[in-house]
Amino acid sequence: MLVYALVRILYTIPILLGVSLIAFGLIHLVPGNPLDLLLPPEAPKELVDQIKAKYGFDQPLYIQYFTWLGRVAVGDLGNSVFTGEPVREQLISALSNTLVLAIPAAVLGFALGIFLGAVAGFNRDTWIDKLASAIAITGVSMPHYWGAIVSVILFSVILNWLPATGMGPSGGLPQSWEDVTHMILPVATLSLIPMGVISRLVRATVLEINGQEFTAALRGKGLRRKRIIYHVLKNAAPPAMALMGLQFGYLLGGSILVETVYNWPGSGQLMNLAIFRRDIPVLQATVVVLSFFFVLINLSVDVLQAAIDPRIRR
Amino acid sequence: MSITAAAPAISIPAPVAGKGYWRLVGERLARDKVTLVVAAILLAVILVAIFAPLITAHDPYVGRVANRLKPIGTPNHWLGTDEVGRDLWTRLAYGSRLTLLTGVTPVIVATLIGATLGIVAGIGGRVVNTLVMRTMDVFYAFPSVLLAIAICGVLGSGVRNMILSLTIVFIPPVVRVSESVTTQVRSLDFVEAARATGASLAMVIRHQVIANVLSPILVYATSLVSLSIILAAGLSFLGLGVAPPNAEWGSMLNALRQSIYVNPVNAALPGLVILITSMAFNLMSDGLRSAMDVRLPR
Repeated sequence: MLVYALVRILYTIPILLGVSLIAFGLIHLVPGNPLDLLLPPEAPKELVDQIKAKYGFDQPLYIQYFTWLGRVAVGDLGNSVFTGEPVREQLISALSNTLVLAIPAAVLGFALGIFLGAVAGFNRDTWIDKLASAIAITGVSMPHYWGAIVSVILFSVILNWLPATGMGPSGGLPQSWEDVTHMILPVATLSLIPMGVISRLVRATVLEINGQEFTAALRGKGLRRKRIIYHVLKNAAPPAMALMGLQFGYLLGGSILVETVYNWPGSGQLMNLAIFRRDIPVLQATVVVLSFFFVLINLSVDVLQAAIDPRIRR
Repeated sequence: MSITAAAPAISIPAPVAGKGYWRLVGERLARDKVTLVVAAILLAVILVAIFAPLITAHDPYVGRVANRLKPIGTPNHWLGTDEVGRDLWTRLAYGSRLTLLTGVTPVIVATLIGATLGIVAGIGGRVVNTLVMRTMDVFYAFPSVLLAIAICGVLGSGVRNMILSLTIVFIPPVVRVSESVTTQVRSLDFVEAARATGASLAMVIRHQVIANVLSPILVYATSLVSLSIILAAGLSFLGLGVAPPNAEWGSMLNALRQSIYVNPVNAALPGLVILITSMAFNLMSDGLRSAMDVRLPR
């Protein structure tokens, strides 16, 4: 087990290097000089040279990469070219705001998804199965930015129950009921996709396991339904966990559209702003840090899975 | 939002002789009512896209501000009008063109490239396999939406860049699925048998491998179209894809978003058609999967 975990951890090093290479290469995807993004075309040559030197663009590409990597490795993400402030502080605040939504959304989505999937799987081809499957397919097919708009229309415009946009007055972690009311719609919207995806997987896995011989043996042994459900779900856990890890990562990285609709000051909105301001250091840092999280989540899920299921360690 | 091709586990359907298998699939599809309905919806969307000028009475780009945000059922504008008074049905009908183009093209291109890479990785030796698959792992380390938005954000908005960024995002999962099924097919007895009877590698690839990996890859690709449409419309929604005044469902949704206090139903319409189309592709994929007897990723 330890060996497996160690190998898995070592394996993330080249992955992270690759990620950093792509994130670094992003700005060089642009045809021409990356400085074209920062400066108007009529900028005087002295200014261009000065800025070139300031951002290190006068160095060869590989030196630029290693300098950048060295800084990122010690947590220095550079300064925003738009505000001049350190990217790190902006990103920490934005990321924690995203987590405030992503964690409850993940918990809600996973719980509902497991419940719906299990109920559907154990009641195959009944109306319960059909209803649960219909909910699940709506969840996976829903453009979540549209879900966000519809929820605002329903609960803010028509019913006037919940605030339409923005974060509560405290900012950061919710401290009052008002803060919580601001979270309800975004969390519910974000939970729809993981709910649908997990539910479909759990249903399929339950059906598959139910068809295996050992469940027939359990039934033959005269085990009560509750115990059989327990055994089936335990076997369905590893694949579901792998998917949950991925889904949580998508919640962090994919919240940009939902954050835009709800005007939520999270990492998605930061990235959106960076794109429209052409603020490359912010964009790069957001991509690197979010992907770093994503890799770490998948790593921990892999190790956890192996701890539960000895077959994976082979 | 997900590319649900986490480590795919695919079982190869029992190999059936070429024609018989496809006929069987056709018969199964014909008995599947949900899939038939879904196929009809998709066909309707495609026909609307092709014949948009024939089935609409207005210009998609011209509207009268005095006519703005008329509700559904207004005479002469049965689906109402948008925020600058253009006929909403006309806009939606024309919009299906760009939405389908930007949603489907990345999947087709990514499937062609990804399947080739995946099959090569599955058949080639260890070095080739490691090289291809480990490169894909790096792309897998990015959440898909994040990668698409970042690439598109840097390259700049526009249809071409959007298609390019989505294609890059969809290649890795297709490679994984293709590699996984190819490796499984390669170790099956009938491939061994073909090799033993003297078939060349090229012949084995053509007759044994491709014939058997096609169904799972096709089923997987159909399921990606749904996601691709959502993402493509999402990029336009963010202002990174199709720019107004062009008709495209995502950018229409973004423009109409400002009108939710005036006419919420009209504001929600473009998103509803995205949902219907994306759900139709998802259900189509489900239908094909059970008709082709393919077990797809988890």
